[in-house]
Amino acid sequence: MTTLQLFMYAGAFILVVGVAATLLVRDLIRRLIALNVASGGVMLLWLALADRGDGEPDPVPQALVLTGIVVMAAVTGIAIVLARRVEQLDDDLEEVEQ
Amino acid sequence: MSAAALVLAPVFLPLAVGALSAVLPRRAAATLTVIAAAATLMVAVLLGIAVLDAGPVRLEVAGWAPPVGILLAADGLSVVMIGLSAIAVLAAALVAAADDHFAGGHAFWPLVGAAAAAVNGVFVARDVFTAFVLLELLTIASVALVALGGARSAAAALRYLFVAVTGSLFFLLAVALTYGHTGTVDLARAAERADDTVIVGAIIALTVVGMAAKTALFPLHSWLPAAHPAAPTAVSALLSALVIKASIVILWRIVEYFGPLTDLAAPLATAVGVAGAAAVLWGGVLALRRDRLKSIIAYSTVAQVGYMVLLVPLVFTASDPQVAWIGGILITLAHGVAKAAMFLAAGALAAAAGTGRLDGLEGTISRMPWTVAAIGLAGVSLAGLPPTLGFVGKWMLVQASLDAGAWWWLALLLGGGLLTFAYTARMLRATFNPPGDFSGARELTRPARTVAIVPLALAALSVVLGLIPWLLIDVLSAAPMGGGA
Amino acid sequence: MNDDTVTVMSALPVVLLLTSLVPAMLIFALREKRTVLRTTLNLAGAIAKVVLVIVLIPRVVAGEELRAEFTWIPGLDIVFVTDTFSLFFVALSAGLWLATTIYAVGYLEGSPNRSRFFGFFSLCVTATVGIALAGNLLTFLIFFELLTLVTYPLVAHRGTRAALRGARIYLAYTLGGGVALLLGVAWLTLEVGPVEFRAGGIPEVAEFAARDPLTATVIGAVLLLGVGVKAALFPLHGWLPIAMVAPAPVSALLHAVAVVKAGAFGIIRIVEDVFGLALFAELGMLQALAVVASVTIVYGSVRALAQDDLKKRLAYSTVSQVSYIALGAALLSPIATAGAIVHMVNQGFMKITLFFCAGLFAEELKLSKVSQLAGVGRRMPVTSAAFTIAALGMIGLPPFAGFISKWALGLGGLDAGQPWVIAVLLTSTVLNAAYFLPIIATIWTSPRSESEGSDEGTFPVPARRSGWEAPASLLLPAVATALFVILFGVAAGWGYSPWVLAQIVGEGAWP
Repeated sequence: MTTLQLFMYAGAFILVVGVAATLLVRDLIRRLIALNVASGGVMLLWLALADRGDGEPDPVPQALVLTGIVVMAAVTGIAIVLARRVEQLDDDLEEVEQ
Repeated sequence: MSAAALVLAPVFLPLAVGALSAVLPRRAAATLTVIAAAATLMVAVLLGIAVLDAGPVRLEVAGWAPPVGILLAADGLSVVMIGLSAIAVLAAALVAAADDHFAGGHAFWPLVGAAAAAVNGVFVARDVFTAFVLLELLTIASVALVALGGARSAAAALRYLFVAVTGSLFFLLAVALTYGHTGTVDLARAAERADDTVIVGAIIALTVVGMAAKTALFPLHSWLPAAHPAAPTAVSALLSALVIKASIVILWRIVEYFGPLTDLAAPLATAVGVAGAAAVLWGGVLALRRDRLKSIIAYSTVAQVGYMVLLVPLVFTASDPQVAWIGGILITLAHGVAKAAMFLAAGALAAAAGTGRLDGLEGTISRMPWTVAAIGLAGVSLAGLPPTLGFVGKWMLVQASLDAGAWWWLALLLGGGLLTFAYTARMLRATFNPPGDFSGARELTRPARTVAIVPLALAALSVVLGLIPWLLIDVLSAAPMGGGA
Repeated sequence: MNDDTVTVMSALPVVLLLTSLVPAMLIFALREKRTVLRTTLNLAGAIAKVVLVIVLIPRVVAGEELRAEFTWIPGLDIVFVTDTFSLFFVALSAGLWLATTIYAVGYLEGSPNRSRFFGFFSLCVTATVGIALAGNLLTFLIFFELLTLVTYPLVAHRGTRAALRGARIYLAYTLGGGVALLLGVAWLTLEVGPVEFRAGGIPEVAEFAARDPLTATVIGAVLLLGVGVKAALFPLHGWLPIAMVAPAPVSALLHAVAVVKAGAFGIIRIVEDVFGLALFAELGMLQALAVVASVTIVYGSVRALAQDDLKKRLAYSTVSQVSYIALGAALLSPIATAGAIVHMVNQGFMKITLFFCAGLFAEELKLSKVSQLAGVGRRMPVTSAAFTIAALGMIGLPPFAGFISKWALGLGGLDAGQPWVIAVLLTSTVLNAAYFLPIIATIWTSPRSESEGSDEGTFPVPARRSGWEAPASLLLPAVATALFVILFGVAAGWGYSPWVLAQIVGEGAWP
């Protein structure tokens, strides 16, 4: 198996694991991490596309991967704030019940 | 000013205004946003005239031609959708300016600017990379907008985030496939170079799944009835009327460019149609059973999304695909205008009555007749009854179904309107006076006049457009789908 | 339409629409207390419409046809034409709208939400006029559906549970019919292109039917289904008795002027100006329509016998009577066609008189059941006289208007070679007598009981008011329409009488 194929299969596998975890895991922070993992899988796939054999790697996929990483960072930031709010609300509710 | 420069304006103007709004006080931010929306509407009109004259308006950003540079192009679809975006933002901004409660806080203004810029950008994008970036911007802005609804909306916003980003990842995969197979992200060039049926089919399938998640197409819809009602009123209006249109447009673009290239397109299109049918039924039935105004309207959106994707199978089976395209686009437009009207009116009603529950709305029809009338009129347009724009779209899709001999889509189109009107009537009935009470004596905090007029004006717009649809159809036909930009 | 008419492009058809559309929009914006302004707007619109119609009738009879068209989508227009038949229906609507407006102003005095009521009331007439003036199926469809939408708030007006339930059932039936109509119109437009109504049938439709008779038959059936709901053809009539929950002016409007007449008008348009009588007969649809109409005629009359509630009895009577129009349209004879068309007017005036009187009995004496009407003739003689005239007309006695229609239909049945029609008419006449004569007898002959109390057959006797037995605004319309019932029968030979005009239209349907 060539390096290219290895990267592609690994990327696909990681993506599937990540998406599955996002759907199935309960804890919010873990889901968020799973989402990041899934995105990592897609990035791997993209990087595999950058392989041009002997020549210089293709810059377009790399640019897209960078964009994707930035996007995921922003998304993760928002998600953390929201997750904190949700947990705060749950804590407040528990207090009220007690 | 050349027509080409006009293509950039709907993207950069809201962005600039949004950035400024972050630092300006509320009044100034609101005024700027309103002015920018009105200006965008003017730009849409000018673009429409240009398109009628000479077909699609193309702009190569900074003079760099694809595949190196970014191509933006305004065809008929772009023009009418930018028009919708301007109108929706204008209406939401006016209502949000009248009462901060409807906006959810100062963050509303910059976020709306970002969202509007992203949406307009998607409408003129012609390559999948630009589309991806803009869709991400839109997702971030929309999630934040939902979260403006207070602590309780955080869970709904987070759920929206997860679904939307997962959808993005699927789309990103589709982009990867496109680039890997054709060596370019530009839609037109990729379509020329693609030659593997299975890969093209996979691209379409992945895009469908990704966009279905973002547009809340059944069965990936469950985030919407949680998120849209949880958001502040002006945000709900924008989300239903505008934000979900961006992902639908990308879905359509992929179908437009890649559909003709593969045999797998027809079965995929049928699958999309089936999902749409399920959406119409599921959304309609659930809307009939909910007890809160905004919940009903949110499920109504779920149902209407089904209609928006219905054009996909029809495009492949009708003898004149343009009828299907134009009908579907008009239905989407009608939905945007009507849904914005409905959410804004419902928000006003709920704020005045102190509750969004149906059983708390008794008697509101005497005190706020115009607001209730707006809901009724909007419902008429959603149900596709004359003389509204929704009827025009429905007529054309009915013709396309008859032409294609597709009895099942036909039944869906004809029957779905009944469901729509049923839940609209349910909302209207709830506002009637309790028997014996004729004075409408219940006390309501009357909203500002703007808040009563704007929804009604929107609903009236759907009637006006329904009487002169040839205008929109001419624009859509001058630069039709599948015409290549 | 006909080849010897002169077509003139004109804004007058649109103006006809505007005479009720503009008042509607203005009235919606009026505050509740502005009674005088509201009444003025109502009456001004109604009178303007009647005047316009009077001005137009001689021109149209002389062969001139006015036309207005607007592009809707490229290739398909919204078209308004004033041919004899459309003006006929407009005239009926305009005249009865004026009467009902006066009645409604009096009936609803002091009740809430009048601006909303009269706004939708005016929109209802606008929709009816739009249906009348429609020059093609698309325009017809648009205004037909609009009529459904604007009558819903009228049926639901009182806001009580019964009213809302009745309105919901009404809506379910009529929207369902609308779905069928949309299917039919869209399908036909797809097959033959954008075509307009043409007396005697549209040539393109005839060609299409020659190519593909099965599809043409299905489309015809679907179209009839669509308009048949509003025309209360059996078994689509269920909404009509239930919609009686509406205030009396609304019932009057629904039954005499707008909804059922629009359905009947639609049937005639489809049979005669889309398919053409000969083609429809060839496809077998004409016979089917005749059968359904006959069944409805008898069924409605039989159900009417069993009703004690006055309005419900009148409702079933309408179910039966409107099918006379359908039956006339289903016979291959110009006299039958003319009979059907003139019955639109005759039945309209007679039924509206009956509803006006029913409303008067309910308002003045709180009477709603037939059994309660004993001796009312002494207390409210003018109302009872009007009721009697109209009822006798419904039975078909000369010299009242109803006689003309039945006689024409009977002659038409013979002319078309379908003598069984006479049997249907006779049966129905006997049944009509069976459910109307007892009412008349009760009103005039049973002695009035002095006792207060709630036994059936007596009513509490309020002191007789000085002067008229009821407010003028309620009484005068009833008297006026009753007089017309007499007039249309007696003066049927006059140059512009409904009967003569109906004959002109009937002849025109035979190319």
